[in-house]
Amino acid sequence: MDLSFTEEEEMIREAVARLLEKACSFDEVKKLEESPAGYSPEFWRQMAELDLLGVTLPEEYGGAGLPFIFSAIIMEELGKAAAPTPFHSTVVLCGDLIATCGSDSQKQAILPAIAAGQLILTLAQLEAEGVYGEDGVQMKASQFGAGYQLSGEKFFVADANIADKLIVAARLPEGITLFLVDAADSGLDIAKMPTVSMDNLCHVVFHNVEAQLLGEAGMGWQALASINSKAAVAKSAEMVGGAGTALKMTVSYSKEREQYGKPIGGYQILQHYMANMLMAFDTSFNYLYKVVWKIDDGQPFATEAAALKAYVNESYKFITERSIQIHGGIGTTRECDIGLFYRRAKLSEYACGHSQHHYETVAQALGL
Amino acid sequence: MDFSLSREEQELKDAFHAFFAQEMKKKPKDMGHIYHNDASFEFHRYMMERLGEKGWIAHTWPKAYGGQDAPIMHQYLFNMVRAEHGAPGIDTFGVEMFAPTLLLAASEEQKQRLLPPIARGEVVYCQGWSEPNAGSDLASVKTSARLDGDHYVINGQKIWNTGGNYADRMFLLARTNPNEPRGKGVSVFTVSMDVPGIEVRPIEYMDGRGEVYNYNEVFLTDVRVPVADRIGPENMGWKITRETMNFERSGVGGFVLAEKMLKQIIEYAKNHKRGGQLLSKSPVIREKIADLWSQLQAASTIATRIAWLQDDGGRSFPPHYASESKVLATEIIQKVNNLAMEVLGPYGQLSNSQYAPIPGVVEQYMMSVGANIYAGSNEIQRNIIAWAGLRLPRFS
Repeated sequence: MDLSFTEEEEMIREAVARLLEKACSFDEVKKLEESPAGYSPEFWRQMAELDLLGVTLPEEYGGAGLPFIFSAIIMEELGKAAAPTPFHSTVVLCGDLIATCGSDSQKQAILPAIAAGQLILTLAQLEAEGVYGEDGVQMKASQFGAGYQLSGEKFFVADANIADKLIVAARLPEGITLFLVDAADSGLDIAKMPTVSMDNLCHVVFHNVEAQLLGEAGMGWQALASINSKAAVAKSAEMVGGAGTALKMTVSYSKEREQYGKPIGGYQILQHYMANMLMAFDTSFNYLYKVVWKIDDGQPFATEAAALKAYVNESYKFITERSIQIHGGIGTTRECDIGLFYRRAKLSEYACGHSQHHYETVAQALGL
Repeated sequence: MDFSLSREEQELKDAFHAFFAQEMKKKPKDMGHIYHNDASFEFHRYMMERLGEKGWIAHTWPKAYGGQDAPIMHQYLFNMVRAEHGAPGIDTFGVEMFAPTLLLAASEEQKQRLLPPIARGEVVYCQGWSEPNAGSDLASVKTSARLDGDHYVINGQKIWNTGGNYADRMFLLARTNPNEPRGKGVSVFTVSMDVPGIEVRPIEYMDGRGEVYNYNEVFLTDVRVPVADRIGPENMGWKITRETMNFERSGVGGFVLAEKMLKQIIEYAKNHKRGGQLLSKSPVIREKIADLWSQLQAASTIATRIAWLQDDGGRSFPPHYASESKVLATEIIQKVNNLAMEVLGPYGQLSNSQYAPIPGVVEQYMMSVGANIYAGSNEIQRNIIAWAGLRLPRFS
C-alpha cells in the first residue's frame, strides 16, 4: 500500500498549477464565461506546449502513454481553478474513444493533433430526453453511398461550439454505433444552451451530415459505457478540485470576516459546518484516488465509478452551498468568486450522469 | 497510488479469517454483544485468551511487553477481519485505551507488570473517566486522590463506566491537585476492582434493558491505591490522556459493521414483498440503499488512509483524521440502522424474538444513538476537526 503520489505525478500537478496561477485567474475565468468561445485558445496552446494534452494518449500516436491517474490529476488541478477548457471532452472522452475504437488511420489523423493542441473534439451523446444511459441514444444513422449520414438532434454537447470534430452516438440496425463528424459540415447547426455555469453546452442539429464509422457498427454502447465510466471518474476529479478550493476559500474568509468583534470562523455552528465540509472533501478525495487506482490496476471499476460520481455530486453541492452560506450576502454576488464553484457544482452534477443514474447502476450491481 | 496489500499482509489477513471462521463455530447459541448475557461474556474471555496465545492482541507493541513489534497495518487488518466476523476477544478498554497510556507514560516496572497480562488476554479493564459533571469537559473531573504515605486515597463518583461489573481492573482520572481546577491537576491511576470502597451500580438504558451498554456508575469511597499504581508523573494525567495516540486509530471496525448491516438489508429487500412487489424493486429503496452504499465506500477510505499514515512510525498523522473517522463511522451506522428500520417496516421495532426478521437490528438501532455520544461526542470531534484540521480560531 502506498497512498502517496509519485514524483512524476507531483511534477505534472505542479506544472498545471503553475500554468493556472499564471494564466487563469478567477477574473479571467469570468471573462471567458462571458465570451462566445468560452475557453482560452492561448491557454489551450500552453497546455499543449507543456505536453499536458497527450499524457494519457498512446505513445505511438504522439502521446506519453501514462496511466489514467495523470488525467485525474490534471482534471483535479483544472477544477481547483474552475478553468474552462475542453480537456474533458477532447482528451478524456474523445482521445480515449479514438484510441480504443479508432482505425489506425483515424488514430494517425487525430491523436497526434489532439496532443499538439490542434484539434478539439467532443462527444454528442445526450438527446432531448436528457437520458445518460443506453436508452438516451435514439438518433438514427443511415447508409449513404459508401459512408453514413446523420439527421436529428443532440443536446447538452459540451464544447461543440469550439470543436473541430464530433463523435456522435447514433443507431444503425446493428445497434448503437459511433460516428466521426466534421464540425465544419454545412449540415450542422450548433447553438449554445445557456446554463447557470455559463459554459459551452450546445444544442446540435444534424441535417444529412456526412459521418464516418468509428469502430464497428453496433459496438458503440460497449465502447461508450466503459469510457463514460472513466470519464465520470475524471469529472469527479475536477469536482474534487473545485470542492477543495471552495472549502479553502470559505475557511480563509471565515478567519478574516468579523462580526460581533470576532472572526466568524470561531463560532461553533460555522465550525461544525466547516468540519462537515472537510469530511465531505476528505472522503471524496480519498475515494477518488482509490477508484483511479482500480482503473490503473486493471480491476473492474464501473460500480465504484458510479458510486464515486454520485457521492462527489452530493459532496460538491453540499460544500459549495455551505460555502455561500458562510460567505453571507457577498457570496451570492458575481463579484465574489465563490459563486463560480456553486455554479460549477451544478454543471458537473449533470455531466457524466447525475446521482439518480449512478444510484441505479449501483443498485443493479448490488443485486437489487 | 496503490491500495493493494503486500503478499505478507494478504497472507496475514487470510490467517485472521481462517482463525475466526474456525473459532466462531464455538460461539454460544444466543450470543450477542459481549455483555448480552453471561455466556456471551464467557465466550469473549475465551476468545481473549485464544487471541493472546496467537499474539494477536497487541500487534504493534514492543516484543518486551508481549507485542509483535509489527506495523500498524497488521493491527488494522486484524481489526477489519475481526469486525467482519463479529467476533469478540478484544478488551477495548485495556488494549485500545489503557495500554497506549502505559506505553507512553508508565515506568519500566509498570510496563513489565501491567502490559503482558493485557497482551495475553488475561485481564479485563474498565475505564473511570467521565463524571456526572465532567462529560465532554473531561478536564474538570472532581474525583480526588489524596496522598497518604505510600498510598493515594481516592474519593468520588464516575459515570458511563462500561462493563465495570465484569472487569478485573479499572483505570481512572482523579484530581491530585485540588487547587488546580482543570487538566493540570489530574493524574492517571489503575486499581483492582476487588479493593474495598468500590461500588458499581448499573444504569438502566431507556428501553429498560441493562445489557445494551452495560454502563454503570462507580462510587469510590476511601479507595486506597499504592503510589506504584499512579501512571506517569503526578498532575500530568490530562496531558498523557490526550497524547495517547499511538494505537490503531482508523476505526475500520465501524465501517465494517455498517457494511454488514447494509448487506443484511439488501438480502431482506431481495427476498420480501410488500404490496405484491419485492422491496428491492421499490425505486425509493433502491436509491436509498445505493446512496448509502456509495457513502460507505467513500467514508471507509478514511480508515485506510489513517492506517497507512500511521504505519511505519507514522507519516505525520493528523489527529483530526481520527475524529473524522469516528464521526463518519458512527453516523453512517446510524443511517444504515435507520434505513434498516424503514425497509423492515413495522417489523423494525421488534426486539430479538421469533417475530424479529433480522436478529439484533433494533438493538443496534438503540445503540447507535449512544455511539454518537461516547468516546468524545460527535460535537467534540467536530470541534477538533475545525480546530486541528482547519485551524479555525478557538474562542476562550
